[in-house]
Parts: sequence; C-alpha cells; structure tokens
Amino acid sequence: MRSDRQNRTPMGLKIAAAAGLAFLHLPLLLIFVYAFTTEDKSYQFPPPGLTLKWFAVTWNRPDVWDALTLSVKVASISTVVALVLGTLCAAAISQTRFFGREAISLLVILPIALPGIITGISLRSAFNLAEIPFSFWTIVLGHATFCVVVVYNNAVARFRRMSGSLIEASMDLGADGFQTFRHVILPNIGTALLAGGMLAFALSFDEVIVTTFTAGQQATLPIWMLEELVRPRQRPVTNVVAMVVVLVTFLPILAAYYLTRDGDQISGQGK
Amino acid sequence: MTAAAASGPSAILPGRGGIGGALSDAFWRNPKLLLFLMLTPPLLWLGVIYLGSLFALLMQSFFSIDEFSGVIVREFTLKTYGELLRPSNLDIIIRTVTMAALVTLAAAVIAFPIAYFAARYAKGRWKAVFYLGVMLPLWSSYLVKIYAWKLILAKEGILNWLFAKLHLTFLLDGWLALPVVGGNSLSVSPTGTFLVFVYVWLPFMILPVQAALERVPSNLMEASADLGASPGQTFRNVLLPLALPGVIAGSIFTFSLTLGDYIIPQIIGTSHRFIGMAVYAHQGTAGNIPLAAAFTVVPVAIMGVYLWLAKRAGAFDAL
Repeated sequence: MRSDRQNRTPMGLKIAAAAGLAFLHLPLLLIFVYAFTTEDKSYQFPPPGLTLKWFAVTWNRPDVWDALTLSVKVASISTVVALVLGTLCAAAISQTRFFGREAISLLVILPIALPGIITGISLRSAFNLAEIPFSFWTIVLGHATFCVVVVYNNAVARFRRMSGSLIEASMDLGADGFQTFRHVILPNIGTALLAGGMLAFALSFDEVIVTTFTAGQQATLPIWMLEELVRPRQRPVTNVVAMVVVLVTFLPILAAYYLTRDGDQISGQGK
Repeated sequence: MTAAAASGPSAILPGRGGIGGALSDAFWRNPKLLLFLMLTPPLLWLGVIYLGSLFALLMQSFFSIDEFSGVIVREFTLKTYGELLRPSNLDIIIRTVTMAALVTLAAAVIAFPIAYFAARYAKGRWKAVFYLGVMLPLWSSYLVKIYAWKLILAKEGILNWLFAKLHLTFLLDGWLALPVVGGNSLSVSPTGTFLVFVYVWLPFMILPVQAALERVPSNLMEASADLGASPGQTFRNVLLPLALPGVIAGSIFTFSLTLGDYIIPQIIGTSHRFIGMAVYAHQGTAGNIPLAAAFTVVPVAIMGVYLWLAKRAGAFDAL
C-alpha cells in the first residue's frame, strides 16, 4: 500500500542518519575517556590505566582558576550588554516598520556572519588607532558585539508571535509604558530572553578567535586551552579542563531548549 | 447606551500623571521618538564602534608598507592589493577556497540524511533527540572539539589503533603516501584539516537543511511515487530542488567559517597557510597591517558574491 510509505523508514537512511549522529558525538565522548587516563606524556589509546588524580591536580591550579574567573566575568557582562541591546533592537524591528529596517537587521547579523578574524583584527586596529590599551573592557567590547545577535534572534521570534494589540490594550486600560513593559511585555518575552542570554553566555564563554585580538596578555579559558593545543605542556590538566567545559556548556543548552520548547503558547498569538 | 454615557466615566481618560505617565503619553503619540530612543544604543554600538572599526580596517588596506623601513605609508595606493596576486599569496587564497568548497560539499552530503530523517521520520521524543543531538555538538566548545580531534588523529591515538586492530593500517598508510592529501601522519595532513573542518561546521549545515525539508509537503513525494517515479527520480526531481535553498543557506555558514578560520589549520594540518593564518601572521609579528587588511577583504568579497547568488536562489527564506 502506498499510504504506508511514509511510516516506513528506509534502512539506508536510518543507517546514514545514525552514522552522522555518531560522527557528531563520539569525539566528544572520547574527551571523557581521556580525562581519566594515567598516561601523561602522549595521547595513547586505549589508556593504560584509569585514575582520578588529575581532577585534584587541576583543582589546585591557580592559572586554570584565573582563566575561568576571567571568562565568567567577561561572559556575564557581555551577556548583560547583549540582552539590553538585542532586546531594544528586536522590539524596534518587530513592532514597527520604518526605512532602513532591513539594513539594521543585517547590521546585527554582520558580526557573526563575517569571519571572526575580521571582527578581531578590525577591533584591534581600531584600538591601536585610538590608542586604547588592552583591558578587561576591550574583551567585553568584542564579545558583546557578536552576542547581540543571539539575543536578538530569540527576542525577535517571540515579538513576532506576540500581538501588538496586547500592548495597545494595556495602554488603553491605563497602564503607563513601564507598567506595560513590566506586566505585559516581559512575561511574554521572558523565557526567550533567558534562552537568548544563556546562548550569549555560552557563545562568549567559548569565544577564542576575536579574543586573541582583543585580550592582549590576559588569558580567558579558551585562550588558555589554545596555548595548550599549540604547545601541549600539561596534557592531563587539559584533558580534565576539556571535559569540564563540555559538561558546563551542555547545561545552558539543555536549559535554553526546555525554555523555548513550549514557546508556542504565547498569549495573543492567534490574532 | 444612554445610561452608560451618562453614568460611566468618559471614554477618553485624562492624561496620566507624573513624569513616567507624561513620557508614556509622549511615546504613544510619537512612536518615532520611542523608536529613535530604542535604536540609538544598539546603533551606537554596532553602527559606530563595529562598522567604524571595519571601515578603519578597509582603509588601511589601501595603505602600503615601506619595504625597507617597515613603516606604514599612509597614502592611497593599490599596491597592497597587487601583492595579493603574487604566486605565494594566490596559492593561499586558492588553497583556502578549495578547502572551503570541499568542506561544504562533504558537510552537505553528511548532513542530508540526518536532516531528512529528523524532518520526515522522527516523531515526538525522537524529534527532541535529533534536535538536541545537533544542538549539543553545535554549541559545545570549539576548542574542545578541535582538541578531541587532536586526540583522535594522534599517532598513538584511537584512529590508528582502530586501523591496526582491523589490520587495515596499509590503507591508512597508502592514503597518507598520496601527494596532495597525505602527510607524515593524519594530524599533520590536509586530510586531517579537512576532517576537523567538516566535523566542526557540520551542525551549521544540518539545521537549515532540516528547516527546508520540514517545509516539503510529504504528499508531494507520494504524488511523485504514484506517478511512477523511482525513489532516485523523486529525490533528484522533487526533493533536492525543494531542499536546495536550505543546502545553500547551510553552505553560507560552512563556506564562510572555513574561509576565515585560522586555528584549525594551525593545530591540525601542514605548514601551508590558509587565509586566516596569513592575516594573523601579517598583522602580528610582521606588522604588515595593510597586507593583513587586504587579505581580510578577500573572504568578505567572496562571501559578498556568494550571498548575492544565494539570495537569488531564495536561500534566505530557509534561514
């Protein structure tokens, strides 16, 4: 029967899809194996033995902690800046129509559409021309620039589904702009902002290409990892850090997924 | 009706009191004022700081470097662009574009079955599994992913071990002995660079292809089969043309990301340079900012043409 067709999955397709997913995930799982290996001079597989001692060694490393702290600080502040700028942009783009609207949405996407090295080198040469010394804030400046887009994307999708008449109704019923924002807009876009913020945090926490140009001598966690990748000195510590980074980035992604999954039930969307 | 008009409050409320209320009223009457205030901060940041830096960089590509003193001459010249056409620099550009094209092609081939399965056959829980199965690798750390491949491709690593266990080491050695793709070991061969590029950018291809495939009505495929087309013909004549905008949208990412990357070929690959590495080297130790700037214009120009073609093919609807 022809109508059965769509329920029967071709075997070849199943195998190809499963192989593709395996290709995406096996390398990450391998990281977990290496974090426990007793071998510390090479990347030998299979590991000659398993041990937990590298976790203790990593825990007592001040350079790892310093890099981690810097990364968390930069990511937090970049996320806050991106949340403010991204939401403003999304609100303006989705609620109104005006000349140059397309140009602005392109401008927001540009920092992530252009290769990171271009953003990095142009910021660096701009800092040089303006004689701004490298600091914590030069890193934040670079990160916030490309974090805006993820917040914007999440917020704009939600704004589009939210009916503009909700805001009008709120204003008609006597709420002022702030009250409308607090009681009508925020509850509707809250989860989208949270999800966008988490993705922005993950993006900033992991960024290395722009950071190499804007950090000067400071080391964020990715910069620390890059050093180890180019010149491996402490393989076991790198293994442990890599595993922890995988685990830590999985959490916001899972959370962002569960927050936006039920995003279809937005009030006023049936307009 | 008359009762309501007589007893109820007037239909037009009095103005809101206080500064907040006055502001709200002002914004309500002049939406353009609110729009202006909302757009000013993001435009200051992105339009002035970001675009300003980009233009400053572009400007520098029209300067040149004095070959004897190493000082940057701030006069308009096209000499630096001329330098891009030197055989050694042209080699870099061709190598990078070839790699980007191959990576895009491979990513499309691997991504298609995953995207097709997720779009058409995965239901309920499996849909979530596929979605997260693509999102987790997409968002996990870029450097950790490269590190994982350093572990995999290492001489003493899992891939060589696997080949040895299967008694297929001769295959690997044979491949590595080939002139263009081979090298001393996988981690210092163009094959290694290619594998890592495909792995790292693959999720960027899967998502738009899946989005495009989800919009293909399944009864089109059934109609094609009913009208006597073989599965191969249906794929070529119905599915592929409809999925193409998604593939092109994905290729924008894989192509652009490969063009600009300088970390992957630096860690896994030969000493032959890619565009990103050339930019990094010229702006760093060499101090030749004009040439570095001219080099960055190459991927931008290539992507500009690419985006224009993609837009004509309708790829932006699939993003």
